[in-house]
Amino acid sequence: MSVARFWRETPRRYNLGGSKCTNCNTVYFPPRSVCPTCPVHRKTLEKMVPFQLSGEGTVYSYTVVHDAAEGFEMQVPYVVALVKTVEGPMLTGQIVDLEPAEVQIGLRVRATFRKLREEGPAGVIHYGYKFAPAGEVGSGPEPRGRLAPVAPSPTGSSDRAPA
Amino acid sequence: MRDVAVLGVGQTKFGELWDRSFREIGIEAGLQALVDAKLSSSDLGGLFLGNMASGSLLEQEQIAPLILDYAGLAGRHLPAVRVEGGGASGSLALHQGYLAVASGQYDFVVVGGAEKMTDVVEVTANQIVSSTADHEWEVVFGATLPALWALIARRHMHEFGTTREQLARVAVHDHEMAAKNPLAHYRNKLTLEQVVGAGEVAEPLGMLDCAPLSDGAAAVVLGPLETAKKHTDTPIRIAASEVACDTMAVQHREKPTTLQSTVVAAEHAFRRARHAPTDVRVAEVHDAYTISALLAIEDLGFVEKGKAGPEFASGRFGLDGKLTINPSGGLKAQGRPFGAVGVAQVAEVVRQLRGESKDRQVAGATLGLTHDVGGTGATSVVHLLERVT
Repeated sequence: MSVARFWRETPRRYNLGGSKCTNCNTVYFPPRSVCPTCPVHRKTLEKMVPFQLSGEGTVYSYTVVHDAAEGFEMQVPYVVALVKTVEGPMLTGQIVDLEPAEVQIGLRVRATFRKLREEGPAGVIHYGYKFAPAGEVGSGPEPRGRLAPVAPSPTGSSDRAPA
Repeated sequence: MRDVAVLGVGQTKFGELWDRSFREIGIEAGLQALVDAKLSSSDLGGLFLGNMASGSLLEQEQIAPLILDYAGLAGRHLPAVRVEGGGASGSLALHQGYLAVASGQYDFVVVGGAEKMTDVVEVTANQIVSSTADHEWEVVFGATLPALWALIARRHMHEFGTTREQLARVAVHDHEMAAKNPLAHYRNKLTLEQVVGAGEVAEPLGMLDCAPLSDGAAAVVLGPLETAKKHTDTPIRIAASEVACDTMAVQHREKPTTLQSTVVAAEHAFRRARHAPTDVRVAEVHDAYTISALLAIEDLGFVEKGKAGPEFASGRFGLDGKLTINPSGGLKAQGRPFGAVGVAQVAEVVRQLRGESKDRQVAGATLGLTHDVGGTGATSVVHLLERVT
């Protein structure tokens, strides 16, 4: 993936910037240019405004992945979940900071800023959101929902991003 | 719009065809279909070719004229069009071919589907398969295509009490069927224990819950129904050809345990054909993952929502049942050459309706259904095929 292709999504992947239709108040992530819910789509073109997700949600479904996606080979087994956010949109992301066997549907989670994958030893490193159990100290977002980078791990094997 | 019939079918063996090239298998299937339809290539109006990913699998685009050329037809300058819709590419090509004949633009067309999955290493093939999901908002976050279907499976288990063993029964069923299919990728039977005990891919799905990466090609010849008897004693009418789409990503669906694209395509198809799901005697449904087949039989209207697990486990979809599911062995066991799948499904149902399926023949079939899905259900295609008496 080219640098620009990942970089242009930074506001969404780093900070959970979504959009909201001011006509029907539905929240979307990633942002939409037209509202899929409103009956006349073109009338919503001017009605979509930026909306910040809090990162709070619950696990709607999950899977423990053993046959990894590209760039995730070193992380197996890892958990990928559908997370239903409190604002409405569902997000796909990894569940981290607990054993795969402890994940269950209904688990309360909070978005956390982490390393997603590396494009090989000399490639670009991709960062973005993952989800950790809500209530865990140190990895959650600030109160207004900004995703705060946490201190880098001394081991280098962690997915936690350098501050 | 005029009625359209399937006049001929062709299909190569599915599997790891190391010694055969993309163009070889594409042409083999197409010529078989032409011979079956008693047509010569000079009768043709055009070619529609379903293919998912020749660019990334073979570093070759523009494959429709390529196949046309190696079929010896370049000098006739026929139109040749490639159609792509992930795993549903073959059925989408058929839909285009159907519209082309129904409209009167062309009298006879070949619809082919072909995919060569084994010319790249398995890791690369799996990445390409996952590119039929939403790359930016699913795959980048660690999801693969089987992982996304696993999310659907886990939720289905949670909401409806579907069990791991019920999922596994789909694979057992498909392999049982494919044992009688000489073109199938896998002809070995599986036990429930083997499926449940196989290595994990994305829990609850294991290796034997997932269709293989196969090479293969299939083709059908379409023509107007009114003159079909000149070509075959048993013309098969396309009673409906319907396409419906949905959100690209699973996360954007209100009810991820329903493929709404399948629900809509099936409703439209049954309405157009003036039939009900209970009229269908034989169906080839999308079973790329065992959970896919359970969703398919629910969303096509064959069983009540949430009941597919116990219904499938009851064994009622075998050759002797009122409805036979996947007599070919489905994607799971006949094989999964992506762009070829939808065309091969139609070839299987046509053979069944003609009574040519030998020891896997379902008795007395006059109406059959095919169901093809791209990715996790962004595209669904449903065809109803009816024997004309």
